[in-house]
Amino acid sequence: MNKNRKPKLAVWKFASCDGCQLSLLNCEDELLTVAGKVEIAYFPEASSAVVKGPYDLSLVEGSVTTQHDAARIQKIRKVSKVLVTIGACATAGGIQTLRNFKNVNEFISIVYASPKYIETLDKSTSIASHVHVDFELQGCPINKRQLLEVLGAFLYGRKPNVPAYSVCIECKRRGTVCVMVAQGIPCLGPVTHAGCNAICPAYNRGCYSCYGPMETPNTASLSSWFAHLGVKEENLVRSFRSFYGYSEPFRKESEAHENKDRR
Amino acid sequence: MKNKTIKVDYLARVEGEGALYVKIKDNSLTDVKLKIFEPPRFFEAFLQGRNYSEAPDITARICGICPIAYQMSAVHAMEDAFGVTVDGQLRALRRLIYCGEWIESHALHVYMLHAPDFLGYTDAIQMAKDHPALVQRGLQLKKAGNEIVAFLGGREIHPINVRVGGFYKVPAKRELEPLAERLKWARDAALETVRWTATLDFPDFEQDYEFVALCHPGEYPFNEGRLVSNKGLDISVRDYDDSFVEEHVPYSNALHSIIKGRGAYFVGPLARYNLNFNRLSPMTQEAAHSAGLSYVCNNPFQSIIVRSVEILYACDEALRIIDQYERPDKPSVQVQPRAGTGYGCTEAPRGILYHRYSTDDNGVIIDAKIVPPTSQNQKTIENDLWQFIPKYLDLPSEKLTLQCEQAIRNYDPCISCATHFLKLYVNRE
Repeated sequence: MNKNRKPKLAVWKFASCDGCQLSLLNCEDELLTVAGKVEIAYFPEASSAVVKGPYDLSLVEGSVTTQHDAARIQKIRKVSKVLVTIGACATAGGIQTLRNFKNVNEFISIVYASPKYIETLDKSTSIASHVHVDFELQGCPINKRQLLEVLGAFLYGRKPNVPAYSVCIECKRRGTVCVMVAQGIPCLGPVTHAGCNAICPAYNRGCYSCYGPMETPNTASLSSWFAHLGVKEENLVRSFRSFYGYSEPFRKESEAHENKDRR
Repeated sequence: MKNKTIKVDYLARVEGEGALYVKIKDNSLTDVKLKIFEPPRFFEAFLQGRNYSEAPDITARICGICPIAYQMSAVHAMEDAFGVTVDGQLRALRRLIYCGEWIESHALHVYMLHAPDFLGYTDAIQMAKDHPALVQRGLQLKKAGNEIVAFLGGREIHPINVRVGGFYKVPAKRELEPLAERLKWARDAALETVRWTATLDFPDFEQDYEFVALCHPGEYPFNEGRLVSNKGLDISVRDYDDSFVEEHVPYSNALHSIIKGRGAYFVGPLARYNLNFNRLSPMTQEAAHSAGLSYVCNNPFQSIIVRSVEILYACDEALRIIDQYERPDKPSVQVQPRAGTGYGCTEAPRGILYHRYSTDDNGVIIDAKIVPPTSQNQKTIENDLWQFIPKYLDLPSEKLTLQCEQAIRNYDPCISCATHFLKLYVNRE
């Protein structure tokens, strides 16, 4: 490919911890190869150079939490041929969505001495709730191997091969004995999207769903299993309300149990 | 005129990142503002009502670059609240995982974020075209740090194995052997890094700072110690709130922290080095001296050397811990929550990170306070610019911008991306 025709890559940041874009820099063995295949046109975490758009591929990290960012994502969509969201914040609003269940003004006064200086929306929202997204890569943080798969798929014009099945499949592949069945440890693995290689059960703890809901999760069934294990309703609500708490299946499940608590 | 300038600043915010605002009038500097526009994320607020055991997983999400620092400050604060002591090999493993974070974070900063300033490139990828071996060494050094974090923590970013009381799972000694092999290479590479950074050109810029760091009687500080400064501060972590206070300035979403009655202070590698030189390992002290550093360094531009010295120390310390490691009987000690308040302060790569939590009888968090290093350094960064810019007023705006960016990157602000997006507005009247 002619050097001048390398596809232009842009990496954008909204409200987030920077961890998902760091995943790209953490590809220590592959970074320079990637940099040889695409033109890194906009990636402020790594470079002070800015090449003007339009961009062939935009990776977007972080959630929309300010009026200004809501406008900015529209502009980014316009200058991006393909837009891929990376991580829990961008795909589901992230841990910031814990505010969505409360009154944000209360939050502001807890953290800041002079709330009048702070501008924020009352909800943290995913990128897809604002603009069309071509592909969503889940995870808190995303897995760098999956990120390379997405980049490779883009370069070759094919669909990324990122499985939508649950963490349970990864546990079976890894040969990890089920922590819920064998040890009675509550585990969100059965409803959680694969991708991390089922790390938590391999380290003797239950999955806490930092990859969010799998395709068609049966959350109600898992909740009843949690009840068998003696998990209290308030703990169940909290389990579903973390990094993917505002994704539809998790939000509905947590709200169902929150209401039960009140009755 | 002033109002007009503020409007320009809002445009900078449209780009959603940090900015620097500098005003020059009649050839003299009249205003400096470092603005941080990272949208607020309210961690302290939504920690309320969560269980103590969730704090390490949740606070890790404050920062993808230094999640271990957040986890370590959180677990130490909770253990302080519950009267739990973690010692022996579990304590050593906590130092080991922190070594990993220092290596990966410092190597990222030294090679990929700061070195391009000194060598005149926009980024490490451009730098790699002329200096491929150099960038490869940086990447592999960073990888060595990440391997420690990934092995002990489960993954590099937001590790999953840290808990209040210890770990979920601890390794067998033989499992650490491959890490040791890698670290021996890394220690050599770190020594090369110290030698190389010492050859860079540094502006002549020394200031009379108040440095603040943890001090431990026998060790270079990671997780424990008293809070000490070169100007007389010497307090226990529990008394942090008596000496430090955060101010909310209108132009920044990050709070400014000051020492009560005295003002700005300086945390991070330079502070640790200046207050703890004698506790570095002998080979690290020797390397620092060979690089021309004395046991005190007051030039923030030389922080790139000091950071390299700390990479070397972390490699050396990690090897020492692995060498003396024996698998503990249990991966964690028993934790019984109780109502109370706990305090934790650890040395993130960028400086002290303070956490304070109050919990109820069941260990549910009722109040949380978190002070990251970057908010503690903000005022010192601005002070540096007040002192630094007047010497370079004659430079064209573009060059002055680069100098200012470099001065800010000396501190490796945790919003390192924000300083890379930095927009400098020079208003010459």
